Amino acid sequence: MFRFIVRRLLQLIPTLFGLSLLLFIWLRRLPGGPETAILGERGTPEMRAQIRRNMGLDEPILVQYGRFVRRLIKLDLGTSTNTKRAVTTEFLERFPGTVELTVMALVIAIGLGIPLGYLAARRRGQLLDHASVGGSLIGICIPVFFLAYVLKAIFSENLGWFPASGRQDPTLGATRVTNFFVLDGIMTREWDAAADALWHLVLPGVALASIPLAIIVRITRASVLEVLNEDFVRTAEAKGLTESTVRRRHVLRNAMLPVVTSIGLLTGGLLSGAVLTETVFAFSGIGAFIYDAIGQRDYPVLMGFILIIAVVYVLVNLLVDLSYSLIDPRVRVR
Amino acid sequence: MTIITGKKKDKIDRLSELAARDDERGVSLWQEAFRRLRRNPAAIIGAVILALFVLVALVGPFLVPYSPTDTIGIREGLIRPGVIPGADGDHWLGYDHQGRDEFSRLIVGARQTLLVGVLSTLIGLAVGALIGGVAGAAAGLGGRWGRAVDTALMRIIDMMLALPSLLLAVSIAALLGASLVTVMIAVGVVSVPVFARLLRGSMISQANSDYVLAATSLGVKKSKIAITHVVPNSLAPVIVQATLTLATAIIEAAALSFLGLGNPDTAVPEWGVMLADAQPYLGVRPGLAIYPAVAIIITALGFTLLGEAMREALDPKLRK
Amino acid sequence: MALLEVDELSVTFARRGQRTVHAVDGVSFSVDAGEVVGLVGESGCGKSVTSLAIMGLLPKQPGLRVGGKAVFDGTDLLQLDDRSRRDIRGRDVAMIFQDPLSSLNPVIPIGLQVTEVLTRHRGMKGAAAEKEAAELLDRVGIPDPKRRLKEYPHQLSGGMRQRALIAMAVACKPRLLIADEPTTALDVTIQAQILELLKELVRDSDTALVMITHDLGVVAGMCDTINVLYAGRVVETARRRPLFREPRHPYTVGLLGSVPRLDAGRGERLNPIPGSVRDLLPWPDGCAFAPRCARRVDECVGEPPALVLAHDGRSYRCVNPAPLPGSVPPPAATAPSGEAPAPAALSDETPAATGAQAPAAEATGGPVPAPREEEKP
Repeated sequence: MFRFIVRRLLQLIPTLFGLSLLLFIWLRRLPGGPETAILGERGTPEMRAQIRRNMGLDEPILVQYGRFVRRLIKLDLGTSTNTKRAVTTEFLERFPGTVELTVMALVIAIGLGIPLGYLAARRRGQLLDHASVGGSLIGICIPVFFLAYVLKAIFSENLGWFPASGRQDPTLGATRVTNFFVLDGIMTREWDAAADALWHLVLPGVALASIPLAIIVRITRASVLEVLNEDFVRTAEAKGLTESTVRRRHVLRNAMLPVVTSIGLLTGGLLSGAVLTETVFAFSGIGAFIYDAIGQRDYPVLMGFILIIAVVYVLVNLLVDLSYSLIDPRVRVR
Repeated sequence: MTIITGKKKDKIDRLSELAARDDERGVSLWQEAFRRLRRNPAAIIGAVILALFVLVALVGPFLVPYSPTDTIGIREGLIRPGVIPGADGDHWLGYDHQGRDEFSRLIVGARQTLLVGVLSTLIGLAVGALIGGVAGAAAGLGGRWGRAVDTALMRIIDMMLALPSLLLAVSIAALLGASLVTVMIAVGVVSVPVFARLLRGSMISQANSDYVLAATSLGVKKSKIAITHVVPNSLAPVIVQATLTLATAIIEAAALSFLGLGNPDTAVPEWGVMLADAQPYLGVRPGLAIYPAVAIIITALGFTLLGEAMREALDPKLRK
Repeated sequence: MALLEVDELSVTFARRGQRTVHAVDGVSFSVDAGEVVGLVGESGCGKSVTSLAIMGLLPKQPGLRVGGKAVFDGTDLLQLDDRSRRDIRGRDVAMIFQDPLSSLNPVIPIGLQVTEVLTRHRGMKGAAAEKEAAELLDRVGIPDPKRRLKEYPHQLSGGMRQRALIAMAVACKPRLLIADEPTTALDVTIQAQILELLKELVRDSDTALVMITHDLGVVAGMCDTINVLYAGRVVETARRRPLFREPRHPYTVGLLGSVPRLDAGRGERLNPIPGSVRDLLPWPDGCAFAPRCARRVDECVGEPPALVLAHDGRSYRCVNPAPLPGSVPPPAATAPSGEAPAPAALSDETPAATGAQAPAAEATGGPVPAPREEEKP
């Protein structure tokens, strides 16, 4: 188990180097460097050159890359050309919001998706089944940002049940510890702050959950249908076990295997969706920040964030593989 | 009597279909798939939606009552700050924020939407199939070089997968500058890893199948096996995936427009752009967002329904 | 009163837009306590569906209908509600399946799969259940049972897996055990071991065993009574010796003729049954086997052949059964009993014989398709 984790983490290193080199070269080929973003269309060629020299952009790309890597080893991702703050600081400030949103969406998607998918499979061909299958089809086909707008219009602007934007009511003056607002509220026992932060997560969470929820419902349903046909379920029935034992121990446990795999693959999509959802709900996470960084040609921010996201993706999938091997003894991790 | 190793449940299935199967002997995979497709109501609904969509995209522009670029509302002074008139007798869905006839824009927009969807899927399919095909063939040939090529290509694909698709699309769009072609490339690139992995996986499993072993042992040449067996059999899942990708392509294009990276030329209407353009006017005229959104949802639904039905029809495991 | 009395059991699958399939079409047989009864037939003859119907394990699907009776110790298993059926399954009636790998849950250890039966039916928990499970594994011949309890199905060999399945089935000392092709998926050497184990268990605990198989070797080695199934009906029932020595139904004759024999003379050929299970006549229209039967006569078509009860408890469903050796005039006796195409007219046993001289000749003009093999004059 331990060796498996270490090996997977070591495999991450060459991937990161490859990815960062590609990104590095690619980003620097984007037309209009940071000097354009800073100076706008004005500015003499001399001023542009000066800025590029100050940023070290006039040196050969490989030299720049070497410097980047040397700093990276010390976990220094450089300074944002836009906000003049360290990329790691920006990241620590913004990433927790996105994580909270993503976790919220995953909780909704898994918590609703697995029971719905299971029930749909058990009641195959009945109303609930048709409703879940139909609903999940529509869930896949609705543009996330449109759903976000619709939810915002109905539940916050018309009904006033949920806040329309932000992560927390600033008038609460909540204490910051980790920048995970819900967690901060719990740690400092500011329960109202935690509840408020949670409340802010509901609408964006639901909007972001739509696609993963739809996918989990479909995968669970298909998987349960397949497992119900397996011989070992018949064996369990032949033993006279109660329905709930058959369901928990024999059907669900086996049916979860493909669902667990899919959750790992969903993370990438969730981060994409987060960019859109955060924009609609003016939710300060990494989404809007990355979007701005692209417009500003903020290379250090882009490099840093994309690399971190890649690491997160790989780590999440490592976690998924580990939990998979816990559920399925046939998958030996060595 | 020979030893029967098949599972018991297959036998029961076989029993229950015994009567129906007699007349289906000797029908090809595709014919049978098509037959099953025709019996599936979801496939019919999907096909009807798509037929309508394509029809509108083809002939719609010739039939619309108004020019989609004619700013009638502004000319007639109907558009004022905070006011966008709704439907009247002549303008069935009212005007957009620039006073153009919304219904005409919606109809004409089908063409551009279809174009973006199809071309970006084709880009993803072509590049993905090329990478996946080369990797699959390299893995199939084996040897040190074959495996090395396969590994290298798949590493690249893994890296692409590690990036959130929208970020990938956004950075491509930013790199190339906003234009229609950019949108297509950005959306297409996102589906490259999907197609590449699909084709490679399917080719490798085909190459390891018993019938390829049988053909090899009969002395059939490798290239001939590839052309007559492996490629056609790997094609079915790719076609299914392409149908499903068309749905996501249309949605992703809309997302790019929403982020301001869509086609900057709004003279030619496109549903994603229309939806994105309507965001500032949600409070005034929510319909401007709802019409193109519903159009996108229904079209995506059509592609998804048909794609899923095709997947079921072509899946040998589900043949009943 | 027999332990299990199956009476006119029928299972039909109806599908919209398709013909209704009669998978089991009026099967009747009985099993006494301690008896080993075989259900024999080609694949698709309904023997597995029969056992699943008795157990109430047929996959629930629209259009499935189960009729008739299966009376076990006074209660009709088919009429039970779900709860009482679960109480009986695994405790009084247990089942062993064909493919041991797919029949075991891959993600939970063998131990739990054994103890869950003990917990469910015998209320055993914790260490006690564990100890009993180890003893069960030991009894079915699994070495080092303590260690095996913690292992998963994929870590066991095929024979061990089947032994584990048997341990689960006999955990509550059931009075009836149904084994559905228990050795088909196993190597020949393992097959013999498993059959030996089953025999032993049945003998020691006076359990009745229903053996479902297509393998006549298994039948010959194990069964007291044999029911031969064809197209969802029992076509012949007999004790083991009489069945092998003097099969009456042409299908049984054909089955026996399809088995290679060491004592066959050189150049003697196997006698396969022509055609396949698909070439059948619906039972209401006559004998389902008629299209493939070498002894077919006119009377085979029109109405289903009645069950003929013969002496010593044997019965067959045929209007023109194979002759008994010894009881026939010399011309027929020259043909070994395995030779199916004995001319029908020579048989004096034809109950419905209407004094016709050459039914075979007439048959060609009848409504049944012409036989695939030419009959020898």
